[in-house]
Order: sequence, then C-alpha cells, then structure tokens
Amino acid sequence: MKKLFAFLLACLVAAPVLADEAPDALVKRVSEEVLDIVRKDKEVQSGNTKKVLELVDAKVLPHFNFQHMTALAVGKDWRRATPQQQQQLTQEFKILLVRTYSNALTSYRDQTIRYKPVKLNADDTEAIVRTEVLQPGNKPTQLDYTLEKLDSGWKVYDVTVAGISLVTNYRETFAQEVRNGGIDGLIQSIANKNKSLETNPPKAEKK
Amino acid sequence: MAKFSEMGRRTGAALAVCGAVALASGCATRGDNPKDPYEGFNRAMFSVNEGVDKVVTKPLATAYDKVVPLPAKAGVGNFFGNVGDFWIGINNGLQGKGGDSAEDFARLLINSTVGIFGLFDVASEMGLEKHEEDFGQTVARWGWAESDYLFWPVIGPRTVRDTGGWLVDIYSDPLAWGIESIPVRNSTWALRFVDVRSGLLPADKVVEEAAFDKYSYIRDAYIQRRRSLIHDGHPPRQLEED
Repeated sequence: MKKLFAFLLACLVAAPVLADEAPDALVKRVSEEVLDIVRKDKEVQSGNTKKVLELVDAKVLPHFNFQHMTALAVGKDWRRATPQQQQQLTQEFKILLVRTYSNALTSYRDQTIRYKPVKLNADDTEAIVRTEVLQPGNKPTQLDYTLEKLDSGWKVYDVTVAGISLVTNYRETFAQEVRNGGIDGLIQSIANKNKSLETNPPKAEKK
Repeated sequence: MAKFSEMGRRTGAALAVCGAVALASGCATRGDNPKDPYEGFNRAMFSVNEGVDKVVTKPLATAYDKVVPLPAKAGVGNFFGNVGDFWIGINNGLQGKGGDSAEDFARLLINSTVGIFGLFDVASEMGLEKHEEDFGQTVARWGWAESDYLFWPVIGPRTVRDTGGWLVDIYSDPLAWGIESIPVRNSTWALRFVDVRSGLLPADKVVEEAAFDKYSYIRDAYIQRRRSLIHDGHPPRQLEED
C-alpha cells in the first residue's frame, strides 16, 4: 500500500515536471534512453526493423509533431490540401520518416552525443537544440532538432543532419509530385514508396 | 612547378570534355527547377558516377572500411584533417574570421607536433574546434551567394561557383604542392578519396530508403548542406512559404 501510494505520488509530481521539461533536457533524455537500448539490444543492432520501429514508436514519436513536419515538407501546397488530405499526407509521411530515422539509428554503436545547452527566455515558443554525434576517426556530425512549445510540452518538428533537414529536403520532390498529380498524386506516391520499402526491405547490406 | 601545369592541363582537359558533353546534351533539355538549369547534363553525369561508384569506388571504400582497423582509419582521417586545416585557416582569414583562422593555425601547429604529424587530433581534445571551409564558401561570403547546380563524375555534386572553388582548393592543397614525388602524391590523393568515400558509407542506406528520386534528393541535400556551411551552421531559417 505504501509502495502504491509512493508510486501515485511520484506520477503526480513527475507528470507536470515532464510537461515543463526544457527542450535541451528533453532531447538529451530521450536520445540517451534510446541509445542505451540500441547499444544493448543485439536485435536492434542487426537491423531488426520491427524492433526498431517499436522502439521509435514508444520512445521517440510522442515528442514529434508530425502534422507540422509534413506541412513543412509540403510547403506552399499544404494550405491547398483539404483537412482530410492533410491527415492522409501526415499519416504517410510519418511512416516514411520513421523508417528513415530508424534505419539511421541501427548504425549507432560506438557513437556518443555531445549536447549543447540552449539559452531560452521564459516566453520562447521555439528552440533549436544542437547536438554533435562523435565517432572515433570521423568528423563530428551536427544533429539539430527544432522544437516548438505546445500545450502538451515541447515537440520536435524538424531534424537537421549536417545542415540538411530531413524534412525540407523533400520539398522540391513533393512540389514536383503535386505538379504532376495534384495533392492526391503526392499522397499516392508517398504511399507507394512506403509500400515498396515494406515489401523489399533495404537491399544495401547483403554481402 | 612542372607537375603543377601538368595537373592543370589534365584537369582542364577533363573539364573541357565534360563541358562539350554539357553543350551536346544538357543545355538542350533545360529542367524546370530554377536551381538546376543543367538538369539533363547533370542527370547524365549522375548516372555515369553511379556506375563508377558501384563498380570501383564503393567496393574500394567498403573493403577499406572492413579491412583497416579503427585506430588506423582514425589516424588516416586525422592526418588529412590536419593537412586540411592549413587551407581552412587561410579561407577563414579571407572571409574575415580572424579568430577562427587563428584557431585553425593553432590546431595545425599542435596536431603536427604533439599530434605526431597530425595522426592524432589532440587539438580537438583541447577544445580547439575543427572548422570546415573551402574557397567556394569564401567566394560565397564575398557575394556570390546563389549558383547553379552541377554534377560531376567522381567529384560529385558542386555548383558552378563551387566547381571553380574546388579547382582553387586542389591547387592550394599542401598535398598538391608539398609532395615532390608524383607516385607518392597520387597514392596520397587516392587514399584520401577512399577515406572520404568510406566516411559516406553509412549515409548510402539512408539515402536509398529516403529518396523518391536519388538524383534530386542528393541535389537538394547538397544545396542545403552548402547553405549551412556558408553560414557556419547557422543559416537563416526557411519558412513554410518560400
């Protein structure tokens, strides 16, 4: 009984604390939790896609705002899409991004991450958390997260690797798809891409 | 000096051939992307490069990555990084960044001595930050901010500005004028090439998966990457609307 009470109390205290968690603290906590699992889990290291997706789903996704990410990737055409199209776009783009991100994760092993503190004013609603991925014998890679403050806490809406946004890098491609087949054409082509990744998983490292 | 002009003639000839191909194929088919007016030529060169990479470069880089033990690879990477700090320091100077430039030369001094000919990157451990500069970035700082995209076989993505910058870079490189023996120089450049390519191996899989069209994914990534480098990692934000 005492234990249960302590647990409930801990939940009560912890919940508001987490919602208020500063963006740099959030990025650090989540990254370290995930890396810890990746380093220990042999299945994840060997590229078991299902396991990696589960891990990302549980740990990482709650802190991402995919609607905003998708809007950013689609650009101008986003506002011309109906709410239903926006929802479909978000759904498909999310699958694509999660897959890409998860695959990048499985190659992490010897890397460590250096987190740079963020200077934040009390009324800031945007923050960029800069980190560096360090690996022996290679130049550090810049890995930056752009976050926005929502009622539910800080959410990531852009991820930049070595100055390249994994989100806006799609903008030209997506605009081209919309020119070719309209918003529905874009939805269809992302869905097709997802399906082809599902049926022929990465053929890269077979040798 | 003789080997200089010889190298120049060879690169010049190569570029002239590429230019002729560009005239023949590229300019006829102007793409609709304003940043990529030579898309026809670029796509042709891209597929040539994909072929070369698949048959020669990538197998070499993969073998290098598998066979050479990590400390040796780290040493090789550090060595080239150290040699590079010389020209990086000059470019930071040319861009008016005196502090960064001083840091680059301090790195060069420390790593060449304490770091044993640059095999160990002691300077980074001392907190002296490694920068990434080249002549293309310097020219961008001087005012040539936007430049049309070009794709070359072997050397890969560039812009018109960065192709020029790259030519200046390779002539200014201590590994070009600092090595007397041509076989040694060529092997050194080959090793650096393999080292650079092997560093990109992990990105291959991500690109294969993420890209709808590999050509344009790499193009857009290159343009973003250069923009970030020119602004030293802090480019002005791009908003939804542009």
